[in-house]
Amino acid sequence: MPMLKKTTLALATTLAGLTLAAQTQANEVEVLHWWTSGGEARAANVLKELMEAEGYGWKDFAVAGGGGETAMTVLKSRAMSGNPPSAAQIKGPEIQEWGELGLLGSLNDVAEAEGWDALLPDVVADVMQYDGEYVAVPVNVHRVNWLWANPEVLDDAGVEMPTTLDELFEAGDAIREAGYIPLAHGGQAWQDATIFESVVIGSQGGEFYQRALVDLDPEALGGEQMVDALEEFKRLRELMDDGMSGRDWNIATGMVIDGEAAMQLMGDWAKGEFTARGLTAGEDYLCAPAPGTEDVFAFNIDSLAMFRVSDEDEQEAQQALARLVLEPTFQETFNLAKGSIPARPDLDMSEFDSCAQQSLSDFQRTAEEGGLVPSMAHGMAVRADIQGAIFDVVTNYFNDEDMQAEEAAERLVNAAEAASF
Amino acid sequence: MANVIRRQTLAARLSRAAVYSVLVLAALFYLLPLVVMLITSVKPLSEISAGTLLMLPQDPTLAPWTKAWGEACTGMRCEGVGGYFWNSFAIVIPAVLISTTIGALNGYALTKWRFKGAELVFALMLFGCFIPFQVVLLPMAQTLGWLGISSSRAGLILVHVVFGIAFTTLFFRNFYVGIPDELVAAAKLDGAGFFRIFWRILLPVSTPIIVVSVIWQFTQIWNDFLFGVAFSAHNTQPVTVALNNLVNTSTGVREYNVDMAAAMIAALPTLVVYVLAGKYFVRGLTAGSVKG
Amino acid sequence: MKNIATTRTGKAPRAATSGGLQAWLPRLVLAPSVAISLFFVYGFMLWTFILSLTSSRMLPSYDFVGFGQYARLMQNERWWVASTNLMIFGTLFVLICLVIGALLAMLLDQKIRQEGVLRTVYLYPMALSFIVTGVVWKWLLNPSLGIQAMVQSWGFESFRFDWIVDPDMAIYTLVIAAVWQASGFVMALFLAGLRGIDDSIVKAAQLDGASLPRIYWRVVMPCLRPVVFSAVMILAHIAIKSFDLVVALTGGGPGYATDLPATFMYAHAFNRSQIGLGSASAMLMLGGVLAILIPYLYSELRSRRHG
Repeated sequence: MPMLKKTTLALATTLAGLTLAAQTQANEVEVLHWWTSGGEARAANVLKELMEAEGYGWKDFAVAGGGGETAMTVLKSRAMSGNPPSAAQIKGPEIQEWGELGLLGSLNDVAEAEGWDALLPDVVADVMQYDGEYVAVPVNVHRVNWLWANPEVLDDAGVEMPTTLDELFEAGDAIREAGYIPLAHGGQAWQDATIFESVVIGSQGGEFYQRALVDLDPEALGGEQMVDALEEFKRLRELMDDGMSGRDWNIATGMVIDGEAAMQLMGDWAKGEFTARGLTAGEDYLCAPAPGTEDVFAFNIDSLAMFRVSDEDEQEAQQALARLVLEPTFQETFNLAKGSIPARPDLDMSEFDSCAQQSLSDFQRTAEEGGLVPSMAHGMAVRADIQGAIFDVVTNYFNDEDMQAEEAAERLVNAAEAASF
Repeated sequence: MANVIRRQTLAARLSRAAVYSVLVLAALFYLLPLVVMLITSVKPLSEISAGTLLMLPQDPTLAPWTKAWGEACTGMRCEGVGGYFWNSFAIVIPAVLISTTIGALNGYALTKWRFKGAELVFALMLFGCFIPFQVVLLPMAQTLGWLGISSSRAGLILVHVVFGIAFTTLFFRNFYVGIPDELVAAAKLDGAGFFRIFWRILLPVSTPIIVVSVIWQFTQIWNDFLFGVAFSAHNTQPVTVALNNLVNTSTGVREYNVDMAAAMIAALPTLVVYVLAGKYFVRGLTAGSVKG
Repeated sequence: MKNIATTRTGKAPRAATSGGLQAWLPRLVLAPSVAISLFFVYGFMLWTFILSLTSSRMLPSYDFVGFGQYARLMQNERWWVASTNLMIFGTLFVLICLVIGALLAMLLDQKIRQEGVLRTVYLYPMALSFIVTGVVWKWLLNPSLGIQAMVQSWGFESFRFDWIVDPDMAIYTLVIAAVWQASGFVMALFLAGLRGIDDSIVKAAQLDGASLPRIYWRVVMPCLRPVVFSAVMILAHIAIKSFDLVVALTGGGPGYATDLPATFMYAHAFNRSQIGLGSASAMLMLGGVLAILIPYLYSELRSRRHG
């Protein structure tokens, strides 16, 4: 069956590609992405300029909203109409799914010419390949398990940056007494899942996380350890304020910046917020691995996947785009703006701040020692349907005062099973 | 006697006051979101983070508006929502005209040339009003691909016409039901044809319902986001898509005043239509569409 | 497609009075619209139904699994939350809109000064989509930024309005915003209906000595039956299609406490690569619409024909 699906879709795409060839002009790429905010967009613009400098056209198709959810809807509708963009921001296991449908084009030529195998860390390279062929190019590596803090608020409350969950709760009490919100949070499903992930790692370790939320081992998902982690997770509510519902994450970061709240658990894209206000890492704001997750690096890799197109000029432009994405100029500018680290570890990091430098060294360390794990909350670990089912359980448990941890653990097991057909 | 009368006027006055206060309170409720938007859109950022929602601007500025119109970044293009504004018009105007014309003809054929099964045809088409757009997104995408008009203005116009005629047919049918059949019957006896009767007899009296249909369709299509984002090309995106890109930034300082100004700009055409044509809207509804 | 339309109606010999092309013109004019409906509404529904029988994930595939997706849907707790929410939301929304709309229309009908201004004020929310007003509604409802904070800053420290963060109450905030948007429109419908009523009927009732509320209840309301019909149709379609509202105000949260079938369907079909399950939910949703619509339409169209 997958074969049939694959061929019909591929056929449809080719046919449509033929009829629509006139629409996409030669050697232009249309790029569907959700880098819409100020800093990101400016940084992505560097890529556009690099393309244009080499004589290629860039057609910008930006769709903001919901961590790329809207963009994915557009992408699916474009694919259905047999008219996918040349390149799209797709990540994690979804790359594999698009690959299975036979819709992605190969980047092996440029990968070989540029020596991607040697250049990219194995973990990153794996995600970019489908069936042994490169179909996507990595843009950056985010670390999800970070804790951000306002040093003045911590001083005022007389606490240090917590390194374990217990310390976090203790510090939380002191901060609350000093009149601040201990932990800034936005009540959206993906944010709930982000801190859930950090708590699971922080309380039970990276290996358990890998077993439970990446390999979806039912014994781990429904076991004692998960129940403990879930209880700790819910305790975090005590550290939050009641205005969190539906709050965007950057508003929560703003609360830390303005000294309204002390800390936030969020991926390193939060740094973009601090940088935009002209703050310096290590001085005006602090970063540390989420409590108890020092030896784990939960990664989230942004990437551009190339769709199979029939037009040769467009193919050439795609190859050029793939090459330029890994170009040092773009990697540096983009990642400086986004708060992440470059997808290629061989770059000079002197321009980057202390948080990014620590991130890179932790990345390399965890890659060797183990502890480099894909982020479930950010679609790097499991398929979208399972991820969605887990999100449902996590966010419902977190928001429902009456639900017990045991019940949530049971539901997690069901979610992992029931989501797949 | 005198006493009774005075009491009545007092009671009348009291009830009059009650009527007015209910109406004014309701008006405040309806106005609240718009007022907050307007106030916020002319405040500098510092005042927004410092004050509360309804605090009047100390130092009003139009900068957010000019930025939203011409400079704010939506994706990599920092041209504001102005350009997208015209994209919307390019989609809305043809789609409204076509769907209204079809709806008028349908309503006319359904009511003045009754044939067996006309009610069934009407009911059949009416169901189209209830289809959530999310459901038809994928099949529509595939169909547009087959027709070779995916990611084009023509495709988007087609989509809006297709899902608009259910409403326009409903409006015109209900309006024409109320127009006396005798007029049409007399014209038929005189040997006037289908289009001639429509042109000479129905159309001249249709202004109110045309206004209703145009307002309705204009609002629906102008406000559409889902079809606009899924079926437009990179250079034909409507203003709602641009607004969404502007408002849903994922990093950077959130400029609420610019967001609000952009939202006001995106809302302006429909607001103007409602304010200017609202009177005719109510009149049009009076004239027929609700009489069934 | 045209054939379908014309053969069905072709069985009606008594329809045409004048012969030839003229007799067929009305049907020819209707044919494209009927064809469009059959294809774009019913054809797409059929397609959705077929997909609901498959294991389709990210994009449609035709690997049939019988009614398995429906069985999964029945076991899905979130689906039940979404369905229950639609019942609560839909019922409250339609009823409150009708009551407020009728009330405002009757009050406005009392020869009010500045009626035009008030009418426009009540009506304008219908012009705005929640894409536009979503941000500001979120602010208003947010306990630490919006109405609660404002009223507290006026000195009423114990004032609480934090429904949007309470899973049990959040659905009612959706009702508030939706009523805000649509009730003015219902007011316009009722006002139009009231203006359409012959004054002499009311005068006659007044002469009989009936009180004003009694006149409205006994004389005016029955005349407004068609208005209620139109209003219910319009409100029901808004309720069922409510999507932007949820996305803009709550994003379905807290948890998934404010999920509606439309957002459920969208989330599963598009964000979660579960087109099969999403299609099954769409079919149940459409089935629900039919279950309400058909008896209603039947009775309305029939009573009108006889009345």
